[in-house]
Amino acid sequence: MKLKARLLEAAEIERALRRIAHEIVEKNKGAEELALVGVHTRGIPLAERLSSLIERFEGVRPAVGVLDITLYRDDLSEIAVQPKVRETRIPFDITNKPLVLVDDVLYTGRTARAALDALVDLGRPQRIYFAVLVDRGHRELPIRADFVGKNLPTSRQEVVKVKLNEVDGEDGVELWQR
Amino acid sequence: MAALKHLLDFEGWRRSEVESLLETARLMEEVLERPMKKVPALKGFTIATVFFEPSTRTKTSFELAAKRMSADVVSFAVSGSSLSKGESYKDTLLTLQAMVLDAYVIRSPVAGMAHQAAGWLRGSVINAGDGRRAHPTQALLDAYTLLDELSQLEGKKIAIVGDIAHSRVARSNAELLPLLGADVWAAGPVGLLPEVLKGARLTSNLAEALSDADAVMVLRLQKERMQDGSLPSIREYISEYQITAERMNLARPGALLLHPGPMNRDLELAGTLAEGSHSRVERQVRAGEAVRMAVLYHLLVGRAA
Amino acid sequence: MSLLIKNALLVDGAGEHGRGDVLINNGKIASLSGGEAATTIDGSGFVLTPALFDPHSHLRSPGQEVKEDLRSGLLAAAKGGYAAVVAMPNTEPAIQRPEDVRGLYQQASRLDGARLLLAAALTEEQQGRRLTPAGLLRQAGAVLLSDDGRSNDDAGVLARGLLYAAAASLTVAVHAEDTSLRGEGLMNDGALSAQLGIPGNPAEAEAARIARDLEVLRWAVRKAAPLGHQVRLYVQHVSSKRGAELIEMAHADKLPVYAEVTPHHLTLTAENWRSFDPVFKVAPPLREPEDVDALLRALESGVISSIGSDHAPHTRAEKERDLQNAPFGIPNIEVAFPLLFSELVDKRGFPLAKLIARMSDGPREALGMKEIRLRVGEVADLMLFDPGASRSVDPATFLSKARYSPWQGWRLKGWPLLTLLAGKEVWRDAALA
Repeated sequence: MKLKARLLEAAEIERALRRIAHEIVEKNKGAEELALVGVHTRGIPLAERLSSLIERFEGVRPAVGVLDITLYRDDLSEIAVQPKVRETRIPFDITNKPLVLVDDVLYTGRTARAALDALVDLGRPQRIYFAVLVDRGHRELPIRADFVGKNLPTSRQEVVKVKLNEVDGEDGVELWQR
Repeated sequence: MAALKHLLDFEGWRRSEVESLLETARLMEEVLERPMKKVPALKGFTIATVFFEPSTRTKTSFELAAKRMSADVVSFAVSGSSLSKGESYKDTLLTLQAMVLDAYVIRSPVAGMAHQAAGWLRGSVINAGDGRRAHPTQALLDAYTLLDELSQLEGKKIAIVGDIAHSRVARSNAELLPLLGADVWAAGPVGLLPEVLKGARLTSNLAEALSDADAVMVLRLQKERMQDGSLPSIREYISEYQITAERMNLARPGALLLHPGPMNRDLELAGTLAEGSHSRVERQVRAGEAVRMAVLYHLLVGRAA
Repeated sequence: MSLLIKNALLVDGAGEHGRGDVLINNGKIASLSGGEAATTIDGSGFVLTPALFDPHSHLRSPGQEVKEDLRSGLLAAAKGGYAAVVAMPNTEPAIQRPEDVRGLYQQASRLDGARLLLAAALTEEQQGRRLTPAGLLRQAGAVLLSDDGRSNDDAGVLARGLLYAAAASLTVAVHAEDTSLRGEGLMNDGALSAQLGIPGNPAEAEAARIARDLEVLRWAVRKAAPLGHQVRLYVQHVSSKRGAELIEMAHADKLPVYAEVTPHHLTLTAENWRSFDPVFKVAPPLREPEDVDALLRALESGVISSIGSDHAPHTRAEKERDLQNAPFGIPNIEVAFPLLFSELVDKRGFPLAKLIARMSDGPREALGMKEIRLRVGEVADLMLFDPGASRSVDPATFLSKARYSPWQGWRLKGWPLLTLLAGKEVWRDAALA
């Protein structure tokens, strides 16, 4: 693979997250009862950052849960490499709560579909919002995000890599050619 | 890491593979704690349980594990009579294979059956016990139960007590636990000890095995040992080898007590010990389900070419 | 019909005799230095020896023709370089009456392949209780008495059996395993059987029974000697170091005991059980490498004077059962010679003449027959083989009905090209022009 372009820098990511945090509070009419659920791997630090931002704006820190969607993937009988099952840890009852599902990239929509299935197996949330840092298009399922940091048109031959300090040691979004 | 295709025994397994499997089992147990104790991971997979020897708990545990993972389960219990009609194990398995199956959980009274089956069948074979040879998921659930409380097995002393020679549970644990760093001892009457138990120290001195043990694993004593002459007297066994509250005091305070079941109360184990504070027998049962879910996931997912 | 085999290396049990042109006429060796013949075979690069003699084979007739029959068994034997095969009587029903013996000889007279010789049961139904009529069986043509397949648990019966057999000039062959020590044993008892959790059959079960049988023999010799009868005990398939040591001690005591070893006990070990393949299930079981070494030394020194194939065919389906239910036995008559030539002579430097002696002279001697030598006037039971070309063991090409093999895929040299029975071709390999 070869690097084609640097799409977002750290400051742009920061700005996008602030905006999303504001939008979440606005759309949910406050942060009371609100909880965030980050999807492995990079959805988790994004959810943590959003929680901190919301706390800064509203004085209420939404709880953050961690969701692994591996066991809900729809391609487990077709793949040649075994994905590692990771932890799902939601330290609060999701029933009757407004939840924000957080992921780094929205692409085909299959991860979001799996995450929704996983969440409803864990309880009955009041409603589920969906926040992503990057929407790169090419949906294969009728799924859209409520909050998008940046819409980035890409081709299917390209790969979008989100890098986050907590996982990758730096913040940035890159476009790679397959 | 290339996914392992079969689980026949622990020959050739690396510590990292066992640890990865046990880690998955821990995550599977989390699924079992949810209100909805089921995930769609193995939707579209078909798994057969083929038991050439009766067993309720292992079979139920495997079937439940498969169902928790949304696999379809075909249960094939073979009565002694259908084999005496002349159909061989091989023909029975090939008939099942014609139904296009992904995995076969096989229990057999004969050692080596699972290995043979792995050579005959296209799918994954999981050994659910073959003769005196191996019972790898039992050892995995034992290791899981021990790790749950001891957090690691490095240098821990585990005493296996009873009919070691005829026990697949003892053999599989003696293979697995040392792989995780445990110091395994096996104790029983001379007629019930094998010539060697790879990975374990053998002794007919129960006190030596129990002394400062972190866990005691009691095996079921088969009454047929009286008939075949390898055990002269049940009364003598009870007096010298039965695990009692008093004997548990030889082990470390708070030592864990495990039993693969089914138990002969008042024979290998003093009657009320199974409910006592040492006992982790119920814990083993739930661990069994989680471990078997993990085994199914590890063997089946990621095999597509 | 006359046949000339030119320029082959001549080897018999007495040694190597250089190259010769062997003329065969009227079923006998007519000359070692050429002559006029209707047919000539160029034996350059090949070795000509007396044909092999198998004192221990299971041809399964009557009753178990699904495993093997006389036709397939005798053809397979000829292909393996054997001119004669002694068939064991553990058939259904057992070969135990003079008319059983005569009937089978009559059937075999119409068949191609090696010559059939019959062992008859020592006791009725091989149950080890009532003796069969040794004298009448001998008159019918039986060459050996044995309850092989079973063990003679009753020492008294075996003792009297040895006496009656001696009076009829017959050898008694025993499958020496103490049944109670053997128990349910499937493989060699030891560290590996303990590790694999497979019931073990200890070498001590064999040694204990051999030791007992040698004392029984001592008794029989004491009783028979004043009457001028020659008692002969033939211990089949000695598999253990201790077994060979006991035979050696008995020889030092001048006891008339002959010992046999099989191709599988010389080339396979208990380690093969790691595959859990019932193809390796045989009784007595495959032992440890140190047993194999001891057996080889005993074979070289003559403590073990005979190699018997113990060719024990079963159907493929039977051998594909689980380890418990699959029957004991290994089919090998077509590969025995190339196997031993390759593994013993070629790899370990075992003298070829000695291998021929153990596969031809030794078994004959144990049965009270005389050896075959490459000399003028001798019956032309001969084998020509290729010591150079190697070929893989391919069970699909077997003439035996048992088309599987523990040696499948082994590259072997020494495949028989031609087998002559009294001058008549009973096997000719396509490779021989």
